[in-house]
Amino acid sequence: MTIASTKQDRAAPPQSLPKGSPLGSIDTRRLGFTLLGWTVACLIFFPIFWMVITGFKTEAAAIADPSLIFSPTLESYQEVQARSGYARFALNSVAVAFGSTLLALLIAIPCAYSMAFLPTKRTKGTLLWMLSTKMLPPVGVLMPIYLIFRDVGLLDTRTGLIIVYTLMNLPIVVWMLYTFFKDMPRDILEAGRMDGATTFQEVLFLLLPLTLPGIASTGLLSVILSWNEAFWSLNLTSSKAAPLTAYIASFSSPEGLFWAKLSAASTMAIAPILIFGWMTQKQMVRGLTFGAVK
Amino acid sequence: MATLELKQITKRFDDTDVIKGIDLEVNDREFVVFVGPSGCGKSTLMRMIAGLESATSGDILINGERINEVGPAHRGLAMVFQSYALYPHMTVEDNMGFSMRLAKVPKEQRRQKVLEAAKILQLEPLLDRKPKALSGGQRQRVAIGRAIVRNPSIFLFDEPLSNLDAALRVQMRIELARLHEELDATMIYVTHDQIEAMTMADKIVVLHDGVVEQMGSPMELYHHPRNRFVAGFIGSPKMNFLDVSLEEAGPEGVRIRLPSGRDCTVPVDGSELAVDSPLELGIRPEHLQLDDQGPLSGEIQVLERLGGQTSLYVQMGELVVTIMADGDVAHRVHDMVRFGFDPMRAHLFNSEGTALPSLHQHPLAGLTRRDHRQAAEGSNQ
Repeated sequence: MTIASTKQDRAAPPQSLPKGSPLGSIDTRRLGFTLLGWTVACLIFFPIFWMVITGFKTEAAAIADPSLIFSPTLESYQEVQARSGYARFALNSVAVAFGSTLLALLIAIPCAYSMAFLPTKRTKGTLLWMLSTKMLPPVGVLMPIYLIFRDVGLLDTRTGLIIVYTLMNLPIVVWMLYTFFKDMPRDILEAGRMDGATTFQEVLFLLLPLTLPGIASTGLLSVILSWNEAFWSLNLTSSKAAPLTAYIASFSSPEGLFWAKLSAASTMAIAPILIFGWMTQKQMVRGLTFGAVK
Repeated sequence: MATLELKQITKRFDDTDVIKGIDLEVNDREFVVFVGPSGCGKSTLMRMIAGLESATSGDILINGERINEVGPAHRGLAMVFQSYALYPHMTVEDNMGFSMRLAKVPKEQRRQKVLEAAKILQLEPLLDRKPKALSGGQRQRVAIGRAIVRNPSIFLFDEPLSNLDAALRVQMRIELARLHEELDATMIYVTHDQIEAMTMADKIVVLHDGVVEQMGSPMELYHHPRNRFVAGFIGSPKMNFLDVSLEEAGPEGVRIRLPSGRDCTVPVDGSELAVDSPLELGIRPEHLQLDDQGPLSGEIQVLERLGGQTSLYVQMGELVVTIMADGDVAHRVHDMVRFGFDPMRAHLFNSEGTALPSLHQHPLAGLTRRDHRQAAEGSNQ
């Protein structure tokens, strides 16, 4: 029911305030919030907008006075493309982001199931502990992981990155799935058990379909986090398995500040995930508010 | 054929004993109702029978076979949940056919069985709908249909009517009773509503604090409650309890002194009573009669006219006594009334709250609906 009612609940009219209240009329308040929302959105979006614009300028125009009026050119894109294979990096990013997300979900679903439906005294503590691992700066474990990866031959491999990203995102993925699963009525799973479902069938036929919005948004978040990850990809890959974050980085350091080319490269790096996120935003919002609105 | 037997069943959650050793026998085709206040362990007991909860100790036997370690699906039971627990993402047909889908029954056969059950419950026009698009009563029927399809040896109902409104509850109650006749199945039903228990059960099991207070036919519990708890729980409105003192225990019964000072002999066995032991007199509101010569009196505090009946709440000293009187009673609030009762209808409880055994067995106390049915079958032949 939760899934279905979310939309209706949000559409419910706001509670009316008594006339002459100090907060003013609802229309004025709504207008204020709308303006505030747009202002914040514009502020956040501006750097991205500027980056895209800069990508279409010549290198000279890019360092000249900031201006919105210029003659757009694809020069930077051509140079960027000519210099290094964008496709290879993009493919690495896709493989690593989706691979690690899939692996994380495979591990996290059974884990969250047992925590949500068969909790013990230690479940809460375990969840907190898992989250606490996110508070350690990754550089603190860079040396051991680098050495281990070198010794087992995982340096500069997609497999290596997938493993690191999976471990990196696992706490968040488990935590999110746990909250989604907890909102699932137990009765439905028990009814399934009475109907003869094994635990696996229970998860496959009942739990997964019913918490799909939650699982989808968890997966999307994991993909985005993996896509944006730069620290590990820069340190553990060099050429073969380098994803797009390493690709952008290669434009900034060795050649100094070539703003137009850097912008073009960055635009190409974020474009796929931006489009992906835009296409799935409905699912994202639905999943993130899933359970919050009853 | 399906019988159920519980032998010294206990259940312990962490440090609390929820079920404290229950023995119970459910006969074939019997409609047994577990009734009790919330927290008495009735749902836990049912969940243990279903296999959703394990028993801490004791044996659960179905048809004489111990099934403690058998999984819920393999006990041959079907359960209807309080929340219905329909699968929200499946149509009515898929909901009802889910167990067969798991058992890999061919699609055609599945549909056949679902249609059969849908016919019994008048669900045919709704088969393509999802639970969201059904009313409460319809969801309830789908939940029952899902149970019927499994062709279980025993049906389990966990407070199935508590989410329905009053009118629908009465209708579903009748429908369930009809279903019991039609399916001829053993049914176990959990409720906190004593009216549901009284109207549907062949046998009522009254639970309180994890123990069975009494079990028996509805009429037995009504006319011969074993203790004060059962007496107060069964029957609506609740039984009145008055503190009385013992005068004399004889072969005719126990002579007591009423609060008004008058004496009265209740036909119960008082041979084990100690002298001067405090007693409590229990009389049901419907067994109190307005009577100008009656031994008791008080002032009417509240009057509820239901048309056919009138409930009078009468202040008697510190106590408020409920009287169910005729609908045509002309009294008004604050009138003084006198009333009395037939001692045959009265109950006496000792200081432990145990009822003193009645010297007369009520003629209907042994009657169950099964007797009805057997009689009907006999006359048909």
